[in-house]
Amino acid sequence: MTRLPVKKTYKLFIGGAFPRSESGRTYEAEGQNVARASRKDVRDAVRAARGTLPKWAGMTAYNRGQILYRVAEMIEARTAEFAGLCTGRPEVERAVDRIVWYAGWADKLAQVLGSSNPVAGPYFNFTVPEPTGVVGVIAPDEPPLLGLVSRVLPALTGGNAVVALASETHPLAAIELAEALATSDVPGGVVNLLTGRRAELAPWLASHMDVNALDVTGADGDSPELERAAADNVKRVVHGDPDAQSPWEIASFLELKTVWHPVGQ
Amino acid sequence: MAQAPVLPRGFELPLEPRLPRIGSVDAVALEERAASLAKRSIKREAKVFALDLAVRMMDLTTLEGQDTPGKVAALASKAIRPDPGDPSVPSVAAICVYPNLVPTAVQRVEGSSVKVASVATAFPSGQSPLEAKLDEVRWVVEHGADEVDMVIDRGAFLSGRYAKVYDEIVQVKETSGDAHLKVILEVAELGTYDNVRRASLLAMAAGADFIKTSTGKLPGAATLPVTLCMLEAIRDVHEETGRMVGMKPAGGIRQAKQAVQYLVQLHETLGPGWLTPDLYRLGASSLLNDVLMQLRKEKTGTYQSPDYFTVD
Repeated sequence: MTRLPVKKTYKLFIGGAFPRSESGRTYEAEGQNVARASRKDVRDAVRAARGTLPKWAGMTAYNRGQILYRVAEMIEARTAEFAGLCTGRPEVERAVDRIVWYAGWADKLAQVLGSSNPVAGPYFNFTVPEPTGVVGVIAPDEPPLLGLVSRVLPALTGGNAVVALASETHPLAAIELAEALATSDVPGGVVNLLTGRRAELAPWLASHMDVNALDVTGADGDSPELERAAADNVKRVVHGDPDAQSPWEIASFLELKTVWHPVGQ
Repeated sequence: MAQAPVLPRGFELPLEPRLPRIGSVDAVALEERAASLAKRSIKREAKVFALDLAVRMMDLTTLEGQDTPGKVAALASKAIRPDPGDPSVPSVAAICVYPNLVPTAVQRVEGSSVKVASVATAFPSGQSPLEAKLDEVRWVVEHGADEVDMVIDRGAFLSGRYAKVYDEIVQVKETSGDAHLKVILEVAELGTYDNVRRASLLAMAAGADFIKTSTGKLPGAATLPVTLCMLEAIRDVHEETGRMVGMKPAGGIRQAKQAVQYLVQLHETLGPGWLTPDLYRLGASSLLNDVLMQLRKEKTGTYQSPDYFTVD
């Protein structure tokens, strides 16, 4: 007897779970029916991200680096699947390398971006990088996997929680990435991936008062409206490069906080 | 649906022989109905109306050992003007505090429509001698509390000494005079819906102006089914005697969505006549912020963050 393969149902990734869209709707992309997230899914995703943020931001940087390295391992193990969903094997390999590169940065940031400042007075004065909070990412369409990884990883490395809108035209790589994330040790809710109509979702994400930063790399022409909406609660707005790899990418999702501490107490 | 029992006019004493037989509650049907009422879809204008009403019905509560006059002052400011950025949001109905803090609360809400409710009668356990309870009630009323939230003696109720519970409520009611009396049944300790119904009828017969689910000190406080059970008891009393008794679910109501569900249930069970702060209250400490966030979301069209609302 021949066997029918189990067909994948493409769903969202919110709070570590794979729910269907709240609206129940789907749309067609890359020949598949993909979940079409509603604004309530955006809200749920932000809530999930906010909920796990203290845990993720409170981990030691070393621990975060280890967890991100594990994500790279999980993608490496699924190279064949990923290759079929993006431009091919070289892109997957570059994505894995990039994750490992960022994972390595996790416990080196504080030394590079922070400092001990000389002040006149009996005080220690330190500058320490802190995560911004919940970061909304509008992922670029091209390259499908590497673009998403390049935008999400810097925010994660710095200890932020992410709500990412996957590319509208190439969402499958993002969904496969969600599978890899769910099987790694990233706490549920630290990365939330939504698929759907960008024009429908991006304004809700940009105007959400509980989102602290917005990456508009994939927003194309909509960017000015989104930035205006983001200005309401003074979100950090980042225009990135879909293929960037630099510690400054991490720095753009960090706040540098200066603390004073009396000497000898 | 719970079977409405045959109730004699006015619930004359002696209650003891009658109370165990005043009808039993069909738990499955009750939970089913509560769940189906919770699924009603409330659209935009109705939702804004409900949220606005929820604010007006709220008893903003702080009942903690760490309460200070400063905290009560902050709570009172918030009660009078819940959203400083939006004057269209009405004041809440009352603030609910421990007896010691009644004078502070009274002073702070002076000149506003906000009332002061005080818990009394050895809240939350109710395990004190009657004289001590009455003294406490007398004290809070003398110091200006508009409403008294008393707890029933669950120990006496559960061991079948209904007359003792009844007498206590009657005496507290006499002592509290003009102040509104809310009787807390603490449903989490009563165990069954039958007991909740029994206690509700007993409290109403003894003269309660309001019946209230819980102290908020135990897990599993106000739930939709238990509130429905009490609302049905109120409805039966209304049909039987024409008296309108108020209801106050308290404890565990944290989200605006839940508050709307409670209001739907109220409207469907007792009708629009009860949709007033005089006959329905929501006891809560953390609900208000969520309601304010929802209201502002409806007005501005953007999802809100708790960072933009006051703590407590």
